[in-house]
Amino acid sequence: MQLPPALRARLVGGPGAAEPLPVVRDPAAGRAPFRFVARKVRFPREHEFFEDGDVQRHLYLQDVLTQVAEEPQRSRVPEFTCQVAGCCQVFDTLEGYEHHYHTRHRHACSFCKRAFPSAHLLDTHILEWHDALFQILSERQDMYQCLVEGCTEKFKTSSARKDHMVRLHLYPADFWFDKPRKSRGCVRLATPGPCVPLSAEALGGGGEQSEGDAMEVCAAEDVAIPWGAPSESRAVAARMEKRTYSRRIPSTICFGQGAARGFKSTKKRDQRL
Amino acid sequence: MWNRRQGRLRPAGCGVEELRRRRREREAALRKARREQQLVSKRLLREDALEETGGGGVATILGEAEIQQFLQLAQRGTEEKEREKALVSLRRGLQHPETQQTFIRLEGSMRTLVGLLTSNQALLQLEAARCLHELSHSEQPAVAEACLPATSYLLTYLSGHSSDFISPHMAVLEALGYALSQLLQAREAPEKIIPSVLGSTLPQHMLQLLQPGPKLSPGVAVEFAWCLHYIICSQVNNVLLITHGALSTLELLLLDLAGAVQRTEDAGLELLACPVLRGLSNLLTEAAAEDVGGQMQFGDERVVAALFILLQFFLRKQSSLLPEGLWLLNNLTANSPSFCTSLLSLDLIEPLLQLLPVSNVVGVLVLTVLCNVAEKGPAYCQQLWPGPLLHSLLDILAFSDIEVVDQSLELLQLLFLYRPEVCFLPRLPRPSCSNQGYRPWRSVRQPSSRIVCVLSRR
Repeated sequence: MQLPPALRARLVGGPGAAEPLPVVRDPAAGRAPFRFVARKVRFPREHEFFEDGDVQRHLYLQDVLTQVAEEPQRSRVPEFTCQVAGCCQVFDTLEGYEHHYHTRHRHACSFCKRAFPSAHLLDTHILEWHDALFQILSERQDMYQCLVEGCTEKFKTSSARKDHMVRLHLYPADFWFDKPRKSRGCVRLATPGPCVPLSAEALGGGGEQSEGDAMEVCAAEDVAIPWGAPSESRAVAARMEKRTYSRRIPSTICFGQGAARGFKSTKKRDQRL
Repeated sequence: MWNRRQGRLRPAGCGVEELRRRRREREAALRKARREQQLVSKRLLREDALEETGGGGVATILGEAEIQQFLQLAQRGTEEKEREKALVSLRRGLQHPETQQTFIRLEGSMRTLVGLLTSNQALLQLEAARCLHELSHSEQPAVAEACLPATSYLLTYLSGHSSDFISPHMAVLEALGYALSQLLQAREAPEKIIPSVLGSTLPQHMLQLLQPGPKLSPGVAVEFAWCLHYIICSQVNNVLLITHGALSTLELLLLDLAGAVQRTEDAGLELLACPVLRGLSNLLTEAAAEDVGGQMQFGDERVVAALFILLQFFLRKQSSLLPEGLWLLNNLTANSPSFCTSLLSLDLIEPLLQLLPVSNVVGVLVLTVLCNVAEKGPAYCQQLWPGPLLHSLLDILAFSDIEVVDQSLELLQLLFLYRPEVCFLPRLPRPSCSNQGYRPWRSVRQPSSRIVCVLSRR
């Protein structure tokens, strides 16, 4: 099938329509036994017109399923470290690193270093946690916006919002967003309000266990991904026992706002607090 | 971007002839299944796939206690490998319908699975996605319904993910799109599933994932394009889709696909082209398309140029898609003087004629498009002749297929009506009637009365 050479140029040109030629119809055109009428055609799902395309689609899916059913080969590379300041995560596969970066650094709060799965959730977090005006306004009116994009409902408290999302949007009942830390060993501000969390990155970590990669039990909640099941923290704690602590001193640990200090012994910190 | 994907799909260690033979067998089986309305059966996909791999992974029936154990291990296990293995075992179990039933009846199971799907750890995410993948194969409506609530939640989680990285996230999105496409094919989809999908923010997310550009991921786009097609052809609420910009997104995607063909980055492109063509063609039949058709409403010539580039590609690579491409061309030209004029001004009549001999189905569609042009009057017919049209038409009349002759005569009649200068007409051989081939939208007719009419115009 030969196409005119100018056609390719037309494709990359700007949008534009042809000036239509005048339409003049003769009534004799549709006269019996001729019956052609120009009309658009619509096909419903099960129509046999779709047979060929559907078959090709299913052939493709069968190929993909065969592939999915197999265990993927992950090519190993020499170990390397995450380059983000304060993060010591080590990787031996490219996919693992990309996943880590994407989950932990891409939408990270510059104030408190928490990582979020999307820009939208990050923006919401910054608003609710690091905006003084929000705190003031939220005492007087409903400010906690539903997290589902497109839902305009607002609520008085974070837990009221959570209830709404579980009831209406069928979120898992144990999902959470920015749960404030309650357990021991947490860093707390002198002033009331949400506590400044320790960041997993700040504390560094080894291997591929990026969530809750910290010395504190509560650090699992650090990772403000909307649904770490609470039991994750137990898993984290268990893993922590096995870890060897040859980490850099985290630079973003701070007590009180703004101050940045490191400290020597990380293991003993629990007891001191 | 397309080449990369296709390379992964070839199974290793098979001779070319062997591959071709297997493919022909599979194709025949699928065709048969579709005619028996069984193609939506995911069991068919699963069984064939298992046979292909030599039964890699046996489906075992898992009891409630075992499922719970695997879930707990996956969620709270201390060793990453252990957690992964638990999910693998669960997945194998979920290949069996009984396990699926037990799973969905177990409280909190779906929630746990979804939680794992959004875990921080890539390998767990992938295995959890595979489990969801297994569930989505189920023919049991209860299982499909159990999966559905997860989708809006997952899309909120996944919508922020950029496709800058070729990462497991893309694999997860693709699996999600595939799972959704399976749900949308369920028998009860038009009454139950599609209305709730349309009532959510899913359509906007889907269209976003279909936006052309450097961030477009082919695998993800293919799955969501098929989702869109299933929704559109179910005719539930296409007006809503149009207001969300579906027409303009699909149109831009069409232009993008043609661009990919031109850059010869086209391996596997037909996988995406098919649902895009279908979505566009069906949406164009909505009255709302006239108002909000975007550039297509104004007869943007680039759409026609893109379509022809794709038709040429189909002729080379996937001729079974030619009818679908020509269907779109029909819907574009039927009521549009502007698009008909574009066909003429861009010199596309001759390329169109070159498609006539491909098959009866294609031939009828080509002739229908030409009729769309000719019926608009003398100004259009003047551009159709002199030219190769008449010669091709008379060749066609020698074919024995009723439908082709039928449509040729309609075209000839229009041509003679609006272009009386065409006085040359050799003796027409009497076509023999034969009932072969598939007829897109006509029933069989005797053409003899019309031959007489056409002849009498001389």
